[in-house]
Amino acid sequence: MSDPRVDETWRGYLRQDGRKGVRNLVLVVYTVECASFVAQAIGRDKEGVHVIGFPGCYDNAYAIRLMLALARHPNVGAVLAVGLGCEYTQASRIAETVRESGRPAESMLIQESGGTTSSIEAGKRLVDEMKAQLADTPRVGMRWADLTIGCECGGSDATSGLAGNPVVGHAYDMLVDAGGTAVFEEIVELVGLKDILLQRARNQEVEKALGEAYDKAIRYCRRVRQWSASPGNFAGGLTTIEEKSLGAFAKSGSRPIEGVLKVGQRPEHPGLWLLDSVPDEHFMQFGYTNPNDSEGIVDLIATGAQIVLFVTGRGSVIGSPIAPLIKITGNTQTYEKLKEDMDFNAGTVLTGEKSLAESAAELKRLIRRVASGEPSKPEALGHREFFIPYKHQDTPTLTIGCKA
Amino acid sequence: MPAEAFAIDPADNVATALGDIEPGAVSVLGVSPAAPMESIDSIRAGHKLALCDIGVGQRVIKYGVAIGLATRPIPRGGWVHLHNLASQYDEASSALDLDTGAPPAEDHYV
Repeated sequence: MSDPRVDETWRGYLRQDGRKGVRNLVLVVYTVECASFVAQAIGRDKEGVHVIGFPGCYDNAYAIRLMLALARHPNVGAVLAVGLGCEYTQASRIAETVRESGRPAESMLIQESGGTTSSIEAGKRLVDEMKAQLADTPRVGMRWADLTIGCECGGSDATSGLAGNPVVGHAYDMLVDAGGTAVFEEIVELVGLKDILLQRARNQEVEKALGEAYDKAIRYCRRVRQWSASPGNFAGGLTTIEEKSLGAFAKSGSRPIEGVLKVGQRPEHPGLWLLDSVPDEHFMQFGYTNPNDSEGIVDLIATGAQIVLFVTGRGSVIGSPIAPLIKITGNTQTYEKLKEDMDFNAGTVLTGEKSLAESAAELKRLIRRVASGEPSKPEALGHREFFIPYKHQDTPTLTIGCKA
Repeated sequence: MPAEAFAIDPADNVATALGDIEPGAVSVLGVSPAAPMESIDSIRAGHKLALCDIGVGQRVIKYGVAIGLATRPIPRGGWVHLHNLASQYDEASSALDLDTGAPPAEDHYV
């Protein structure tokens, strides 16, 4: 565990459930696409108010679990659920569940609040009241052991496996050694690496879980004939999914894997965890495993990650709601071209300017600054992309992790 | 200064171009001792250079792990990509455009 005498600390926000956040947000959650316009308008131009939602009208347990995990995220202090009124997902149930976590939460239905304009006005009033309540959130010392960090990679090129992901892997080792929690995902980018993956298991039980998750991912990719590689990956010099996978796996660092999380679950103890976002076998196969980067990032945030790292060799301009996204590239040209959007250049390890350890230490300092309140670049630019699709995963059991 | 490529693991039979490589001298950096060699192709930054002759069906190794099998004989110093290396899992990628990685036009756009 971390030693408080040597561990750096910063100020975070203490939630009623004892968890600690690095932001103090009001979250507006819409429960169907029909309510998205009103929900987005409620949150627009309001500092500290983020908006997420699920477009589907029909039942999807996966999406509801995911939204409930996001609504009780440590960076979220209060929630307004906005529904149209006839969809399956119940805004009032979301608010009720969030209130049980000790957070203030309200719900409203557009069909009952007088249409677009008056619903937006009512929503803005509720959000302002919640913001006033959140001003009194207790501040508390935080250290690395209080942090969960997620990592996603997207728009990979050859530098991702040589610099971007290895630097994150090194930083992940430092985080885990300091008593923190690190979550990586994209099991569909571990193709061909089963033996290497299983060697990293903390124990036999975890080895079994990793093996099952791996086999499921391969079966699914074969069945939908979709492997997690895009034209830009190939243009960037990656030839096969195996090659991309080796680069992607480097972001996990070298510490033992403590277990496999399903979407909506959170780690039950610190250390390194693998998030499995691949659909489970179901009478109806739907939901690509990795439809875009924003989906994976939202899944990582749902584990309780207060900050997410995004490694992109080719470059990207996305951000995320709820947890600040820190964008890292191992490609110095990409960094120069997209300087407004990229937070960190790990390409210095390829030019020999910095060692892997030096670059990882620099990244750790950046993470600490963002954890202390400094906005990451996408956060400052106002990027809040998210994606919550229909998907099926079996209901997680309490024995694997804490049910969110 | 000769062009540079980077080999990650001693078992690797390919190295990654650190900048654009033209036919001619290349120094190979990384874990293997910097062996000077000749590139026989133009190879863009991030793409792979064969460090030895690789026969059809042989494993192409990067990071010390097989990233696929050679589908054509690959000479030492040659460019290794979709035209001569195929995944053991993903059957579709060999049909992609060699330069852009885009799927064949007849796929969806007709």
